Amino acid sequence: MTPASISFEGASVRYSGASRNAIENITLECEGGELVVLLGPSGCGKSTLLRTVNRLVPLDAGRVLLDGTDVTQLDAVELRRQIGYVIQAIGLFTHMTVAQNIAVVPRLLGWDGATSAARVDELLQLVGLDPTAYRDRSPNRLSGGEAQRIGVARAIAAKPRALLMDEPFGAVDSLVRTSLQRELIRIVRELRTTTLFVTHDVEEAFRLADRIVVMRLGRIEQTGTPEELLAKPATTYVRELVHAADEVYERYYLASRERLRGSPP
Amino acid sequence: MTYLLAHPARVAALAATHVELVVIALVVAALFAFPLGVLAARRPRVSPWLLGTLGAIYTVPSLALLAVVVQWVGLGFLPIFIALVVYAQFMLARGVAAGIGGVDAAQVDAARGLGMSSSQVLWGVEVRQALPVMLGGVRIATVASIAIATLGGYVGGVGLGVLIFNGLTLHQPAMIVAGSIAASLLAIAADGALRLVERAATI
Ligand SMILES: Nc1ncnc2c1ncn2[C@@H]1O[C@H](COP(=O)(O)OP(=O)(O)O)[C@@H](O)[C@H]1O
Ligand SMILES: [Mg+2]
Repeated sequence: MTPASISFEGASVRYSGASRNAIENITLECEGGELVVLLGPSGCGKSTLLRTVNRLVPLDAGRVLLDGTDVTQLDAVELRRQIGYVIQAIGLFTHMTVAQNIAVVPRLLGWDGATSAARVDELLQLVGLDPTAYRDRSPNRLSGGEAQRIGVARAIAAKPRALLMDEPFGAVDSLVRTSLQRELIRIVRELRTTTLFVTHDVEEAFRLADRIVVMRLGRIEQTGTPEELLAKPATTYVRELVHAADEVYERYYLASRERLRGSPP
Repeated sequence: MTYLLAHPARVAALAATHVELVVIALVVAALFAFPLGVLAARRPRVSPWLLGTLGAIYTVPSLALLAVVVQWVGLGFLPIFIALVVYAQFMLARGVAAGIGGVDAAQVDAARGLGMSSSQVLWGVEVRQALPVMLGGVRIATVASIAIATLGGYVGGVGLGVLIFNGLTLHQPAMIVAGSIAASLLAIAADGALRLVERAATI
């Protein structure tokens, strides 16, 4: 499927009983195929913003457009089947095998058993796991890193138009996280899926992002490429967050980015 | 024991009506208890009121409840059936609420996010995940219902209670013992069988 653009137009959400908006008047354009990272501290509204795209959270004001279509014009269930979703807690279905987990969306979309099975093997290989060894395994018998690989495979199984990832690698150790990040870059490049990736980890944001959206208290503080955030931080908050003006950090982040993504073309 | 051995066909026939009464009552009870349990799991505000009310009904002595129902619908199969349906609500609904409420939130979030409809999330994920706990409620309700159903011998002439109450009126201790032992065996068998089902459903 062709990668979809995602646009937020004045998007606001207030949870019932809350004293302020969880996200406040967010306007943001994500081009098709772009990997945009939402970066900010816990509670700043990253997950809320992400979940407005697949309508797990309804907007109180504004619009979210998927390829120019207001998502509220689409059937929520149909919409979600076209958008991959990965969460930190993974949420693999423990009453199913690995293969059944990966095949959930294809089966919901009515793919036949043989096509789904072939796709499962293809995806296991894509995320670096041997199909014969993992296909029939229970999710209870996976390491954290393996489980999240399956989580990613499940999210992209039906070739979604967009991919939403909410701190997907937050619960794995740093060595595994690096290899998951590297594979994510490879997969996203291969699929050219528009990806919104949430993290509170500055280094992770720098490694992965085409563009970083810095959030604070439900608002966008600044949007830009990693290089732009370092060179021209718009606020003190951003400056401190990315350690801009600290040459050691700047070099560290950019080197970390280059190691993971390869040299810029 | 002597009565049991001397009249196996009569005991078996009464045991069959006993099982029938309990099974029908539990199936009908589940039709109410399941949605009530799901409601309790979905609405934390409603839950204490709902389960509290069912729990209060549950603490009414069964003989007293039965007396009230008999006043209302007369003697026969109906009063004991209604009493069983009412009693089982608490045990069944509590099991459903605990089971559904205890399902891993990440699996439910993932299920919704991947595009399962609400009924697909409920039946395909929540109920399946909650099954062992829900079956625990069914087992407890079944064992309790088998015991309470002996009152059916008093108000309706059904079930193994017939032996117990006839034994009382006819001063035949052997009949009382036979009815009691048969009911206990039924309860033990049901408990064992449902434990096996529960284990098979455990993930
Ligand atoms: N379901 C909810 N109900 C009420 N408040 C919520 C809910 N989810 C999040 N919030 C609140 O909204 C704000 C933003 O939360 P969230 O989007 O989860 O932030 P982040 O993902 O950046 O940590 C926080 O103040 C949080 O407490
Ligand atoms: Mg979050």
